[in-house]
Amino acid sequence: MLLIATVAFGQTQLLNVSYDPTRELYRDLNEAFAAQWKKQTGETVTIRASHGGSGRQARSVIDGLPADVVTLALAADIDEIAKLTKKLPADWQKRLPKNSSPYTSTIVFVVRKGNPKGIKDWDDLVKPGIQVITPNPKTSGGARWNYLAAWGYALDKTKDEAKAEAFVAALFKNVPVLDTGARGSTTTFAQRGIGDVAISWENEAFLIQKEFGEDKFDIVVPPTSILAEPPVALVDANVDQKGTRKAAQAYLDFLYTPDAQAIIAKHFYRPQHPEHAAKADIDRLPKIELFTIDSVFGGWEKAQAKHFADGGVFDAILKKNR
Amino acid sequence: MSVAATSIAAPRRALRLRRPSALPGFGLALGYTLFYLGLIVIIPLAALVLRASSIGFSGLINIATDERVAAALKVSFGLSFAAAAVDTIFGLLIAWVMVRYRFPGRKLLDAAIDLPFALPTAVAGIALAALYAPNGWIGSLFNFPIAFTPLGIFIALVFVGLPFAVRTVEPLIADIDRELEEAAATLGASRTRAIFTVLLPPLIPAMLTGFALAFGRAVGEYGSVIFIAGNKPYISEIAPLLIIVKLEEFNYTGATAIATIMLAISFVTLLAINLLQAYSRRRFGHV
Repeated sequence: MLLIATVAFGQTQLLNVSYDPTRELYRDLNEAFAAQWKKQTGETVTIRASHGGSGRQARSVIDGLPADVVTLALAADIDEIAKLTKKLPADWQKRLPKNSSPYTSTIVFVVRKGNPKGIKDWDDLVKPGIQVITPNPKTSGGARWNYLAAWGYALDKTKDEAKAEAFVAALFKNVPVLDTGARGSTTTFAQRGIGDVAISWENEAFLIQKEFGEDKFDIVVPPTSILAEPPVALVDANVDQKGTRKAAQAYLDFLYTPDAQAIIAKHFYRPQHPEHAAKADIDRLPKIELFTIDSVFGGWEKAQAKHFADGGVFDAILKKNR
Repeated sequence: MSVAATSIAAPRRALRLRRPSALPGFGLALGYTLFYLGLIVIIPLAALVLRASSIGFSGLINIATDERVAAALKVSFGLSFAAAAVDTIFGLLIAWVMVRYRFPGRKLLDAAIDLPFALPTAVAGIALAALYAPNGWIGSLFNFPIAFTPLGIFIALVFVGLPFAVRTVEPLIADIDRELEEAAATLGASRTRAIFTVLLPPLIPAMLTGFALAFGRAVGEYGSVIFIAGNKPYISEIAPLLIIVKLEEFNYTGATAIATIMLAISFVTLLAINLLQAYSRRRFGHV
């Protein structure tokens, strides 16, 4: 009954299942898309967004949450949906430009004002006496990027897997609190006053500054870091069942348009097409030497299996650090 | 009640479930009871055990004895036990004051005791973490860390268990006949002696009930603990968090296995408490 009524009124409802630090970004993007869609087709589209830890969100979709699109922190989480539910094809990441990532980000450091501990680079994070705040890579997609960024840095410097592992182990030895998600870590560092440095998504770092005051925190950009590519995907089985494929596809395509790219830059993500964004928004994103997960780790699937699976390298590090 | 009557009737209708009653509807009531209990409690728990059982008993033992899981179980059950014990003692004290004395604001205080029941646990966790963090109101008064250590977990567990301990003993304290105390006093018993031989014994079964409830709540607690725990493996990681970690690995069997182990330990502990309770009921009578 309700379904017929909504279709008759030309209304479409989309559900975007996303991760934690995109709350503010998608609020703006959804509004812009709804306005554009109305102009183009005369249809009213409302987009509901659900936010939470990336892995937890993926699990909700696996357990049956009728997401039209998923916009998660890691390709691995969407891979898992594809593998366990077959609701989207295994090669979903090839369907949209740029590895299905309309925006990228990277991993930077947030320190207390004036940088009292003089933190400049990854090497400073493993010094004894430095307290580092990062979420648990087991429960947070963002934290996996943190971990891989540190690993990639050490591997590049030492060219030795064992030394990279020792480096990451030393880093996690300096972590006094392991929160379950990116927002939890932000709270621990910014509000509870714990730790000397927080490893964080670049956009989250800017948000910390904006939210808690530029007089309290500085952003330190390491010379090298990882290129984080949070991907987006259509959940085929769900949109076909709900009859929302057209709008959902248009929504994802919209993310690559000049309008959306400008909004993305405004929210401190790195747009794939910086030429469409305001110059001021682009200028505040510093040039960093970025390595990719494919070049250093051979893709998400391999990185996931080696480092974060049960009994993987991260578990071994925790055991050794005990 | 009618012990003699039923034992006489027993040989003739041994399997009869129905107790003679003037009120009709036992069949329907029992049917509903079994239906809802089955749907809400027994089937989900059975599904849990079934899922975990796919790794077999030896698989379960392997998980339970895994160093990290064992450490988390120790943190969860050890701290829950300690928190429930503290709740029982202070719950008794609070209940005593609430029942025996009249003072301004008593009703307000009475309502406040129930707050941990109603509060979303995550809110409690965030509030406690903010208070006990090194820069928080209470945390800044101490020169050792409270939040993000096992001590922080303990405080959160005390908080969520307190109402159980208070509410289970309250009605019994209200029932205590003051004449018993007066009699003890006139017979020359000291106050301490009156407390330990006259007042306390009849309260023990209820205190044990309160302890069991507070303990049960604490063991399963996730929301309030996660923000104050520090979550460091082997030190301040609780077993429910490990379950979440397993789920994040999309390892449903591993998660249900830890849950089943927790269920088994809880069951044994609660059984022991219940036996103790039954014993104390017989020993101290009239409750």
